[in-house]
Amino acid sequence: MTAVVELTWTSVCAWDALQPEAGVAVLLPDSSQVAVFRTFDGGLHAVANVDPFSGAAVLSRGIVGDRGGVAVVASPIYKQAFDLGTGACLDDPTVSIAVHPVRVLDGTVQVGSP
Amino acid sequence: MTRTLVVVGHGMVGHRLVQALRDRDATDQWRIVVFAEETRPAYDRVALSSYVDAWDAGHLALAPHGDEVDLRLGDPVRHIDRARRTVTTASGVVQPYDTLVLATGSYPFVPPVPGRDLPGCHVYRTIEDLDGIRATVAAAHGGGRRAGMVLGGGLLGLEAANALRGMGLSPHVVELGPRLMPLQVDEGGAGLLKRLVEKLDLTVHTGTSASSIERDGERLFATLSNGLELDLDVVVFSAGIRPRDDLAREFGLEVGARGGIVVDDTCRTSDENIYAVGECASIGGVVYGLIAPGNSMADVVADRLLGGSAVFPGADTSTKLKLMGVDVASFGDAHATTEGALEVVVNDAVAGTYAKVVVSDDAKTLLGGVLVGDAGAYPLLRPLVGRDVPGDPVTLIAPSSGGVELTLPADAQVCSCHAVTKQDITDVIHSGECGDVPALKACTKAGTGCGSCVPMLKKLLQECGVEQSRALCEHFDHSRADLFEIVRAAGITTFSALIAKHGRGRGCDICKPAIASILASLDRGHVLDGEQATLQDTNDRFLANIQRNGTYSVVPRIPGGEITAEKLIVIGEVARDYGLYTKITGGQRIDLFGATVDQLPAIWKRLVDAGFESGHAYGKALRTIKSCVGTTWCRFGVQDSVGLAIELELRYRGLRAPHKIKSAVSGCARECAEARSKDFGIIATENGWNLYVGGNGGFTPRHADLLATDVDTETLVRLIDRFLMFYVRTADRLQRTASWIEAMDGGLDHLRSVIVDDSLGICADLEAAMEVHVASYADEWRGVLDDPEKLSRFSSFVNAPGTPDPTISFREERGQRVPVSLGIPEVAAR
Repeated sequence: MTAVVELTWTSVCAWDALQPEAGVAVLLPDSSQVAVFRTFDGGLHAVANVDPFSGAAVLSRGIVGDRGGVAVVASPIYKQAFDLGTGACLDDPTVSIAVHPVRVLDGTVQVGSP
Repeated sequence: MTRTLVVVGHGMVGHRLVQALRDRDATDQWRIVVFAEETRPAYDRVALSSYVDAWDAGHLALAPHGDEVDLRLGDPVRHIDRARRTVTTASGVVQPYDTLVLATGSYPFVPPVPGRDLPGCHVYRTIEDLDGIRATVAAAHGGGRRAGMVLGGGLLGLEAANALRGMGLSPHVVELGPRLMPLQVDEGGAGLLKRLVEKLDLTVHTGTSASSIERDGERLFATLSNGLELDLDVVVFSAGIRPRDDLAREFGLEVGARGGIVVDDTCRTSDENIYAVGECASIGGVVYGLIAPGNSMADVVADRLLGGSAVFPGADTSTKLKLMGVDVASFGDAHATTEGALEVVVNDAVAGTYAKVVVSDDAKTLLGGVLVGDAGAYPLLRPLVGRDVPGDPVTLIAPSSGGVELTLPADAQVCSCHAVTKQDITDVIHSGECGDVPALKACTKAGTGCGSCVPMLKKLLQECGVEQSRALCEHFDHSRADLFEIVRAAGITTFSALIAKHGRGRGCDICKPAIASILASLDRGHVLDGEQATLQDTNDRFLANIQRNGTYSVVPRIPGGEITAEKLIVIGEVARDYGLYTKITGGQRIDLFGATVDQLPAIWKRLVDAGFESGHAYGKALRTIKSCVGTTWCRFGVQDSVGLAIELELRYRGLRAPHKIKSAVSGCARECAEARSKDFGIIATENGWNLYVGGNGGFTPRHADLLATDVDTETLVRLIDRFLMFYVRTADRLQRTASWIEAMDGGLDHLRSVIVDDSLGICADLEAAMEVHVASYADEWRGVLDDPEKLSRFSSFVNAPGTPDPTISFREERGQRVPVSLGIPEVAAR
C-alpha cells in the first residue's frame, strides 16, 4: 500500500501583498517557520526559515537574486546562498534546507506542510 | 663545519647582509653575531622623514631576523685583534670570528659654524635625532610664524625640510652650492624644483651658508653669509655624511684618501678576513651614501661567504623621490659627463615639468636623465640606461609623443633596490605564482624598497595578460566606481533599470547592496522606497543591526557623544520597557540589543519623540564623530572639539558610502579622541585644525596620514566635503578609506593633489554634491514611522503579526537579558 500524505495548507497572505524579489516569514501550525519568496518573474518559493549555519530564523530576510541563473536567497547572517528551488546550499554541498509546496488559491498564497 | 660571522653595525646594509645570508645559507654554514651601537634594530632610514607622520617607529621597522641570529644591541665593537681574529665590545665581550664584516655606516657632517653645538641644533640621521628635533620644536614657543633652518640642500636636506614642514614649521633650506640637489639634478631641473618647493612654504637660499648661530632666550638666530638673518625654532644640519672608518684606521686597515675603508670589487678590505659594506666602505675610490649600492655590496658579501664569485656590479645611483608632492628623479649619467654625451631637454614652465635625457654621441644609447615635476617615465627609462633606444631621443620625454611603446629587455633591472630583473618578475607571473602587485612584492621583493617600480609591476602584469578584474560580481562587468558614474551621469534611479542596461541576470547579495548604496549616496529617496527595500542587506532593510539570534540592536545618534540627562533617561526607559540589553559603544553612543523586527518601530517612536534619530550604526555610512571634551572643560584643550564634532556629525549624518566611515575630533595634541585611528580625524592646534585621513582600527590598524595643517574650520569642512565625496565616488565596494588611499595610484600625494590642489578640477562638483546631501538629509526611522506601507513590513509573521518568533529566547547575565544559544543541528553535527 502506498501511504498518501495529506498536506495541510496554511494561508500566508494575498499574492499582491508579496513584494517581488523579497521574502516574508510564515508561522505554521506546528510552530515551525517557512520563508516565502516572490521572484521577479512571478515565481513563488517556500523554504525553511531557519538558517542552518546560525540557527536563527532569518532566511525570509535574506537578499534574493541569482547565481548563474539559479534563483537563490543569501542568509543575512553568514551570507551562504540557498537554491530556492531545491533548498541546496550552493556554498556547502553537504547542507540543504527543506522546500515546501506553495500555491496561490483565489489570490491567496498558501504553504503546504505534511 | 660551522663558521662564525661577526657583523659590526646593524643599519639597513648590515640588516640586508644578515637577511641575504640567512636566505641563502640553507645548510647553516654560518653562525651570525651582530654587534650594534644603536639600541634599536635596523630600521628604514630612507623613509625617516615619514616618522613625523605618526611618531611611530614601528612604521619604519624592517623584517626581524630569526632567533638563530645573535643580535646584540647597544654594544659597539671597540677593538679588533686581527691576528687572533677576535673583536672586543664596549661591554667587554670578546667574540672570535672567522670572517668580520664592518657595516658601521656614516655620521652626519656638521660644518664648523659658530654656535653649531647650541641647544636646538640637531643633525638628521636617526629616529632619536627626529625625537630631539620634535622636543626642540615643542619647547620653543616664540610668537608668530614658526620656522626652522636646514643646512644642506641635497636630497637629505630636502627630506629634513619635509620633516620640519610635517611638524608645522616653515623651513629655510640653505645650500652652499648654486642649486638644490646638486649631486642628482642639473641646473634646469633644480630651477624648477626650487620654484615648486617654494610654492609649498619652503624658502630656498642657494649660494650661501650660515656664518653664525646665536641663541637669545627661546629663539635661535642664524646669520647667513649673504647677510640675511633668520629667526628660528630649530636648526638641522644635513650637509652630507662621512664614513665611520675609525675602527679600520685604528686597527690598520687601508683607508681611502677621502675616508672610507678601502675594499676591492668583492668588498674585501686589506685584511682577507674582513669585509666592509655600505656607507663606511670606499669601493673604486667612491663612498656611496645611497641604499642601492649598499644593498649590492651586502649581496656580494653574502654570496662570497657561501663560496660564490659575485663582484660589485657598479653602483646604481639612480634616485627617485617625492618631496611634498614634487617628483624628482635622476638616473645614470645625469650630468652628461660621458665624453661626447648629448643632452635633450623638454622644459615646460607652464606645466611645471622638466625632463632631460642624456644619450651617447650617436644619439642611440640612453646614458641617463633628470626628471622634475613628473617622474612618470622613470620606471621605464632607468632600466634602459646603457641600452639602445629607438628613434629620436626626444620622444622618450616629449609629452605629446605618447605613442612610443618601449619594451624592456628581459635582463633589464626593474627593481634596483633589490636587483630584480624583468625576467625574474615575468617568470613568477607566468608560473601562476603571482597574480597581483602585492603577490609580486611578497614573492620577488620588487617594489618593497623605494617603491618607484610599482607602476612597472602593474604594467608587466598587464603585458603578461593577467587581467586585474574590476568586475563587481557575476552580474556586472563594471567596478563600483564605474557604476557610480553610470548611475550619476545617466540619472538612473532603480536597480532594475541599471541591470537591464548595464548588467545581466537578476543580481545578488553583492551587487544589490552596492547599487543600493550608490543610489543612497546620490540621495535617490528613502532607502526603503519601492524596489530599493529589496536591495538592502538586512541591516539597512530593518534600519538596525542584526545579531546572532536574528534580533536587532538599535543605536540612536548622539552627535559628538554629548547627551543630556533627560535623553539618557529616555534611553534607559526604552531599554527597561522592552527588556533591551544596553552597552556603551566605542563610538560614544549607546547600543540597545535584543529588539525583534516587530518591536523596532515602537522603539524608534519612543526615541524619535524624545528628539533622537537614527544613528546609522547599521549602514555603510557615516557612523559617529567621537570627541574629547575640548576647551569647554579641559585645562589642556586648545579648541572646541565637541562643538566641531557635533557640527561635522550633523553635516555628514546619513551619508552612504562604499563602507562605514568613522571620525573623531581631539581638542589638543594629546589626542584623547584617538582621531588618527579614524577614516578622517581632526586634531586641534593653537592655530586651527590638523586634518588626518585614511586611519583604521579593526583587522589592519593604520594611523591616518596628515592631509592639511592649521586650517580654519571653514577650510576644514571644505576639505572633508571633498575627501568624503571623492571616496564615495571612487572607492571599491567595501573598501575603507585606508585601503582606498593605499590602492590609489600615487597614494596620499595624489589624493592631496586632487582634493587640496584641485588637480582634476572636480572640487567644486564634489562640494556641490555634498551640499545636495546635506540639504536632502532626513531621518530614516521617521521615514518609516510616517509611511504605513513601509511600517507594514515590520512584522514577525505575515500570517500572524504580533506573534513572537518562537526560536528567540533569552537568559539573564549580570542583570541583563542575553540570547540563549541557538541549536544548529545540521551544521554543528558535522
